[in-house]
Amino acid sequence: MTSISEDIDLNNDASLVIDIPDALCERDKVKFTVHTKTTLSSFQKPEYSVQRQHEDFIWLHDTIVETEEYAGLIIPPAPPKPDFEGPREKMHKLGEGESSMTKEEYAKMKQELEKTVQVHEVFLQRLSSHPMFRKDRNFQIFLEYDQDLTVRRKNAKEMFGGFFKNMVKSADEVLISGVKEVDEFFEQEKNFLLDYSSKIKDATAKAEKMTRSHKNVADDYNHISGALNNTAADNNTAFKKHLEKCAEVFEKLRKVEDRMASDQELKLTELLRYYTRDIQAAKDLLYRRARALADYENSNKALDKARLKGKDVAQAEENQKQCLQKFDKLSESGKKELTSFKARRVVAFRKNLIEMTELEIKHAKNSVSLLQGSIEILKSN
Amino acid sequence: MAASSERSPPPFPDSEEPELLEDSDEGADAFTGTSISEMDSPSPDSTKPPKDIFNEPLEDIFSDPLSNVNSEPQKKVDTKIPSPSSDEAVDLFSDPLDDDSEVVSSPEVQNPMPDLLNEPVQAPKSDVLGEPPVHKNAARQQDIFEDPPKGSSKSSSVKKAASAELFSDEDEEDLFKELPKVVTKKPQPSGPPVDVFTEVKSDVKVKPQVKDDPTDLFAEEALTAPAPKPSASSSSSRTNGVHSEEHDLFSEATVELSLDSPRNDRKKKDAVKPSVSAPVAPVASSSSKAPSKTLEELEEEESEDTFDLNISVTNPEKVGDGMNAYMAYKVSTQTSLTMFRSKTFTVRRRFSDFLGLYEKLSEKHLQNGYIVPPPPEKSILGMTKVKVGKEDPSSAEFVERRRAALERYLQRVVSHPSLLQDPDVREFLEKEELPRAVSTQALSGAGFLKMLNKATDAVSKMTIKMNEQDVWFDEKIQDVENEEQHMRKLHVMVESLVNHRKELSGNTAVFAKSVAMLGSSEDNTALSRALSQLAEVEDRIEQLHQEQAANDFFTFSELLADYIRLLGAVKGCFDQRMKAWQRWQDAENMLQKKREVEAKLLWANKPDKLQQAKDEIAEWEAKVTQYEREFERISATVRKEVIRFDKEKARDFKRQIIKYLESLLNSQQQLIKYWEAFLPEAKAIA
Repeated sequence: MTSISEDIDLNNDASLVIDIPDALCERDKVKFTVHTKTTLSSFQKPEYSVQRQHEDFIWLHDTIVETEEYAGLIIPPAPPKPDFEGPREKMHKLGEGESSMTKEEYAKMKQELEKTVQVHEVFLQRLSSHPMFRKDRNFQIFLEYDQDLTVRRKNAKEMFGGFFKNMVKSADEVLISGVKEVDEFFEQEKNFLLDYSSKIKDATAKAEKMTRSHKNVADDYNHISGALNNTAADNNTAFKKHLEKCAEVFEKLRKVEDRMASDQELKLTELLRYYTRDIQAAKDLLYRRARALADYENSNKALDKARLKGKDVAQAEENQKQCLQKFDKLSESGKKELTSFKARRVVAFRKNLIEMTELEIKHAKNSVSLLQGSIEILKSN
Repeated sequence: MAASSERSPPPFPDSEEPELLEDSDEGADAFTGTSISEMDSPSPDSTKPPKDIFNEPLEDIFSDPLSNVNSEPQKKVDTKIPSPSSDEAVDLFSDPLDDDSEVVSSPEVQNPMPDLLNEPVQAPKSDVLGEPPVHKNAARQQDIFEDPPKGSSKSSSVKKAASAELFSDEDEEDLFKELPKVVTKKPQPSGPPVDVFTEVKSDVKVKPQVKDDPTDLFAEEALTAPAPKPSASSSSSRTNGVHSEEHDLFSEATVELSLDSPRNDRKKKDAVKPSVSAPVAPVASSSSKAPSKTLEELEEEESEDTFDLNISVTNPEKVGDGMNAYMAYKVSTQTSLTMFRSKTFTVRRRFSDFLGLYEKLSEKHLQNGYIVPPPPEKSILGMTKVKVGKEDPSSAEFVERRRAALERYLQRVVSHPSLLQDPDVREFLEKEELPRAVSTQALSGAGFLKMLNKATDAVSKMTIKMNEQDVWFDEKIQDVENEEQHMRKLHVMVESLVNHRKELSGNTAVFAKSVAMLGSSEDNTALSRALSQLAEVEDRIEQLHQEQAANDFFTFSELLADYIRLLGAVKGCFDQRMKAWQRWQDAENMLQKKREVEAKLLWANKPDKLQQAKDEIAEWEAKVTQYEREFERISATVRKEVIRFDKEKARDFKRQIIKYLESLLNSQQQLIKYWEAFLPEAKAIA
């Protein structure tokens, strides 16, 4: 389950190693055990193990986003809220034990949980591997504090505020795309990211649909196997053997097909999902830079006005200077971030595509030998 | 009847020749042996007549007689009448007084059927009633071997055949005339039987009117025993007298005789004129074959009939326009069977012709307990689409689906040995022009009548409470019911698989497009290339899923749909058997009533009406006998048919499942190829 963390080549620095070895489903929430090993002097102990909830991750993400200092960085996307396909009650069941749910349901839940753990882990690892974020105060608190963080849940107003902010942002985005870009690099990046973002979003949705229907096929195999077994149970003729054999084949095929579907999901869909979010983070960076550019332009205008009126010129000059500085700083770090982002993306795609292809081949080969064997057995008797 | 001579080989295989010289006494032992076993196990005897009778006597009796035939014509006759006479004789002898008194004098015996079936003592009655086919067979064999000394049994039988085919009364007489000889052998050793029989006779004489029909049956075997010649003639004359009344009974018996011919023809691939005997063929082969064959023999027979007949339905073609348009199909036959005029021929048939064929076949054969393969259902919706003439994929799929279903339907029809002999089948395959089948139209008057009939059938089916005495049937009916349920569920699952696979195919296609777009947006050249390659791979996989969905459907789902329909046909056969049983029970009840009337009349001393009552009793006794016979016959046929069906089904499923798994195998192999071709592309990303 570490596919993404591996391909992003996180945790390559032994001075700060983070993982989530365990997650607990308690009532309606998931508690992640965040395990940290470090040699950094800023930490008081070399090893920590704390319990964090999804909301704590969101809090960490939000505080980082709000930190002015990080405006020029691609902020690692927040992990999505755990979604267990079914209603909340199912999570209860998972917490309370396997007895109340079928083995199959449990396996599915477990798979989902592992995926959730993975994305939360990747978020922390992205932070820890970044030279700036790893020094973040809040991040350190998140890793160190051995009590419940009891971060305040967002209240309805704030939720609405966040929603409103997003609306403004996307309206601004339209605005930005209209802003005349002076830097060719950012002009290109902007066009690329806007286009790529919509494409990858679409591809993610389509891949999700595809893997879902693939799972349906696997489920059908399972049902057919069951129905064949039932038919065989009531049969006493030579027919019985065929039915049983056939049921067995379908049962095995289901496993292979299921693996095929979930590996596709893991290697392809999950990759696309992650980069959909990551690209959004990159777009956010562009947005912040565009905002800074607009501020700088406004400060220019203000300075012109001040000069015209001969009033508050020094203050306007100072303001203009600051805006330019901020903009230049953003542009500089943004360029670096976007370049490394591109390299990271290509590496991740390469790795995942190779892995997926190898798994597809492996599964198909399993099916082939399974089918060949079964056909032979059927033919011989 | 020409065939009847050829029919004999199976029961008298050459391999049994060594036994030729065996003592004739052994034959007699064999009979006592079989009969004892029957006595020991009374309930199977009554409930499963075909098994007991045909398993044991077949080997013992039929093989021995042969030896007798060659060595001593007289004796052979004796042993020839195997099961009825043996059962009858032994039963009678073992318990002569009881039996006889019951058989002849006490009328109650014939009324309560359950009793009869349960009590061994009454075996003679049920045996006699239940085994007429065998009896006739045996008798016919006598015919065949009548003059063995004169020459080879074959040639003589061929001669006989001609006359037998006519089924004249003389034939009947022949039959019974010989019986006396047959039976004489046995009674001789023991004294009491003679008494028994004379008693019977005297009884009969006392109440000749009452006993008329039933005695006819007994007379054939029992009455004649003590005094061969005279009683034989008397019995034959009696049969003659009865004959007019019992016309049905005997005509059916004769049918049986002729029945064999088509079957043997088929086996030997001889061109006979089946047109004469074909219509009745089913009855014949079922009644005479089923009884006289053990299961193993049936099995052998099955494996034998890898007949050379290939039928294909191709080239669906729309004829006409608008709502009068219909689809015509090319029905091509390829065969080396000499019953057909040429080796290859092709006709054009429309869907309603296929339905018409089914109607004709089921009308003729269903009542005899034959599993008539049902054709695909009419689909007004599907056909309307085709008629409207939109060239959309769903209507193309509909046409292909129907074409394949019709092909399978015809193949099933001709693989049924008896249906193949039906002139309508041959006409359907060979004849240029068929009269238009009108009754098959969904909205026609005939269609409405059919629906009505089906409805009343369903009602009567619910009202008939059959007290199933036959364990085999009891279990089988339940099995078929369960199997149908399971198949339906399975079918739903497979349908869902088909749909999900189609969905997967569609979603894969959409994803492929989306990935191609993503690839075109990608600014890293190698990744862009890899993504568009991935799109191509997904496109091919989409194709693969689509093909597999077609295989899911045509190889797996349609197989189940076919067998759900076929299991319905099997249930139809069970219903036919139940109806026959009901008819028999009704006749029994009626007979009981008539007897009560007679008793009342006797008591009231009204001799004028007594005669009429007696006539009526006689009439109903004949009917009871006849219906019981029919019931036994249909039971035997259905049983044989179901065994055949099961075998066919197992074979069919195995073949289709292998075919289906091979299709899955093929798509997985393709998958490997596609992904292996993609792997270097993925690795080339840098």
